[in-house]
Amino acid sequence: MTYITKPKLTHPSLPQNALGMTRRAYEGALSTLCAGCGHDSVTAAIVEACWRLALEPQNLVKLSGIGCSSKTTAYFVSGAHGFNAVHGRMPSIATGANAANRRLAYIGISGDGDTLSIGLGQFCHAIRRNLDMLYLIENNGVYGLTKGQFSASADIGSRAKKGEVNRQPPIDPVLLALDLGATFVARGFSGDKQQLVPLIEAGLQHRGFALIDILSPCVTFNDHQGSTKSYAYTREHDEPAVQADFVPREAPILVEYAPGEAREIALHDGSRVVLRKAAEAYDPTDREAAGAAVKARMAAGEYLTGLIYLDPEGGSGEFHALNGTPQEPLNSLPFESLCPGSTGLQKVLGRYR
Amino acid sequence: MDATDTSHPDYYHRVVDCQWACPAHTDVPEYIRLIAQGRYTDAYLVNRESNVFPGILGRVCDRPCEPACRRGRVEDKPVAICRLKRVAADLRDEIEGRLPKIPQRKNGRRIACIGAGCASLTVANDLLPLGYEVTIFERYGQPGGLMRSNIPSFRLPERVLDEEIGMILGMGVDLRLGTPVESLRAMLEQGGFDAVFVGSGAPKGKELTLPGREAASANVHIGISWLESVAFGHIERIGERVLIIGVGNTAMDCCRTSLRLGAREVKVMARKPRGFFKASPWELEDAEEERVEIIVNRSPKAFVVQNGRLTGMRFECMEYELDARGRILSERVSGEEFLPADDVILAIGQENAFPWIERDLGIEFDRWDVPVVDAQTFQSTRAGVFFGGDAAFGPKNIIWAVEHGHQAAISIHRHCEGEPIAERAAPQVTLHSRKMGMHEWSYANDYAPIERRLVPHVSLKERFKKLNIEVELGFSAEQAAEEAQRCLNCDVQTVFAAKLCIECDACMDICPVDCLTITGNGPEAELRTRLKASATNVAQPLYVSAALPQTGRVMVKDEDLCVHCGLCAERCPTAAWDMQKSHVHWPHAADEAAALEARKPKIA
Repeated sequence: MTYITKPKLTHPSLPQNALGMTRRAYEGALSTLCAGCGHDSVTAAIVEACWRLALEPQNLVKLSGIGCSSKTTAYFVSGAHGFNAVHGRMPSIATGANAANRRLAYIGISGDGDTLSIGLGQFCHAIRRNLDMLYLIENNGVYGLTKGQFSASADIGSRAKKGEVNRQPPIDPVLLALDLGATFVARGFSGDKQQLVPLIEAGLQHRGFALIDILSPCVTFNDHQGSTKSYAYTREHDEPAVQADFVPREAPILVEYAPGEAREIALHDGSRVVLRKAAEAYDPTDREAAGAAVKARMAAGEYLTGLIYLDPEGGSGEFHALNGTPQEPLNSLPFESLCPGSTGLQKVLGRYR
Repeated sequence: MDATDTSHPDYYHRVVDCQWACPAHTDVPEYIRLIAQGRYTDAYLVNRESNVFPGILGRVCDRPCEPACRRGRVEDKPVAICRLKRVAADLRDEIEGRLPKIPQRKNGRRIACIGAGCASLTVANDLLPLGYEVTIFERYGQPGGLMRSNIPSFRLPERVLDEEIGMILGMGVDLRLGTPVESLRAMLEQGGFDAVFVGSGAPKGKELTLPGREAASANVHIGISWLESVAFGHIERIGERVLIIGVGNTAMDCCRTSLRLGAREVKVMARKPRGFFKASPWELEDAEEERVEIIVNRSPKAFVVQNGRLTGMRFECMEYELDARGRILSERVSGEEFLPADDVILAIGQENAFPWIERDLGIEFDRWDVPVVDAQTFQSTRAGVFFGGDAAFGPKNIIWAVEHGHQAAISIHRHCEGEPIAERAAPQVTLHSRKMGMHEWSYANDYAPIERRLVPHVSLKERFKKLNIEVELGFSAEQAAEEAQRCLNCDVQTVFAAKLCIECDACMDICPVDCLTITGNGPEAELRTRLKASATNVAQPLYVSAALPQTGRVMVKDEDLCVHCGLCAERCPTAAWDMQKSHVHWPHAADEAAALEARKPKIA
């Protein structure tokens, strides 16, 4: 919690994006989370990504459930739409909103508790529906808001602040998402914005469900020795799969990569993800291999991070394609096309007689 | 870059831009905080310790602190530092009991000061409390030097001068008024002084030798001599149309004084365009408020005299070709112009002059006939003879003269103690945390987004009625309290402990002015380009930490625009950042004396 008001003034040489806005224009309220919380860094990464993409604030929807992570929607892009849902029920709200207006960008923020315990069912079905949204999990392995009990993502052998050892196996959201057919799966670390910001940019531009599981240390209850989600542990066991840079559609190609050094994947809107300097020949378009790599690293006690899997087509069963949702937002459609009228209703009912 | 050595006394001193820019290193943020608390007397004494004449300087200081003020970089206008200083002087209580105590028993050393201006008075102020006997020789009938003779009373009232000079004289100065020194040899050989300090100023105004100068001499005046005659009541009138030649601060005083002595049309004639004016912006502003016309690009050519009387001046009209940075590439004369005038005042500079110093005393003079003076010790090439103020390095201003006086006093003391005068005590910086508890800091860190307060002036109708009506009214207590909130407390420093940092990014994410970056180290020029906001102001240093424990990267802080809000320390989970108040201890003669005393063997 911070009691000092953040001064409105800015550095005079702050760069402006295509809309003439500085990064500061994408900020929200001052965070009330603990000083040093990883979630605040994730917030800063979202601010940076939205600014770089020159998103118009009114075209962004922020959704969340309950928990430390879910408070963070208040801390960025104060001009965006926001919905704070019931615990674990954010995907339902996202589905409804998305169905009603497919023109907006949707960013859902959840935590390991909100997603992997109370909201696990909702999370799985959001992936299954291939909802067109970016889903961020701020994953710290504990319930911070209720004083640091182990969550469902705590690793076996990880120690709590008071010394208890966790003995239950974790649910890994990345493996789950790969298994359920998610079309964009990534893992980031709140302490590595160079990796995280392009992932958020690409995730926002991806058509279909994009998941970024972000290791975001709980500085108060899970940043001690023996924790497997502390700043120090994460830094030591972070194994980047591949460095992914996001290149917006309008940007000219400035860097020429030597053959074999980089690989480009185009997204549906013409923007591109450039992959380079992979540790080994990692192929993020191979779902089976991606799953195997995550498991192999996990067995070695490491976190595979970066862009883990990407289906640039967004899969065949993208939510809007599958359900035939209208291009125009529902609130702009004339009443007649929204409501079939009593004769129309009779026709529909007639089908079931 | 190497990790910044913050233990060097200059590092944190430099962050306090105002104090760093002040020749006397006045602790500006400290006295502004005292003013904010209504502790005017304490604020006055903080000032007096370093600048000796807060009431005088609060009105007429050249204010090098204000262009340096960080507020002027993050916003448009700096804190009105000078005007706040005046508030402390205006609203203080009696301070007699809090002035340095003068020992009854003298130390047996006698010092002569030549000229009763601010430099000599500072020497006396510093040495009298140490038991010295100080004699000041002054050629005029009143002490004060150029502060009295050259600064008009509508800017600096006599009452203020008398009061602050009186504080020093009251310490027991042997003041010899109306006693010009005719021969330094005589003083050195027969005076019986242990040291001599020359603080005789730069009393000689520059002449402008042009056709007609001789014939027009009744109506052509040398600026500083003319102001002096006005100050001492020898001149009470001037013609209706006055031309002032030159556009420095003396010119501003001349034009405004003319308006008060009967002139109706005053023109200040500048040779070059506005960017080249020597006058301080606020003095130009004040003159123009009084409807003085400033005419640029006119080079004086001749005084025009008819029937033995000045009728005006001829000027060459100049044209300049400037480059992108405003420097003159070439100039040409495009024509001529005649301007009528009843009087002309020359304000084109002044020099020091020493006709009373014999040239075979071992005091070396350079090829411009200026004495050779050591810039640190202020000693001439003859041991025991010191120079300070305008007499040392030519015309500067009061605050420089005061600092010269402080430094000369240290030298005089070391000289009298038989110590090498160049080996003086070094400045020191102490730091103390402002953290009181969770989210509690013992300083006001909220950024106050208010604009600079304007000082009220006496109306244009009223101010010309008498010569000595002070134009600036000064801030009221309420206005001062508001203006004080604009100070950023730059002396409450951001102090970083690299070994505590866990690289959570909280500080760099929260910093309102993006002055923090955690990144790989590199050469300074390159590092400056890859910070969160590029650090283009190379006049301001970068702080670079030691390698951080987890990744070996470094914390870089661009000191340029930090507003000292303390959010970095507030958001730091490990207290790697802390807000600590720095205090710069700038030694004076009393500190030097204490240090020397401490070194002497104690007799049990």
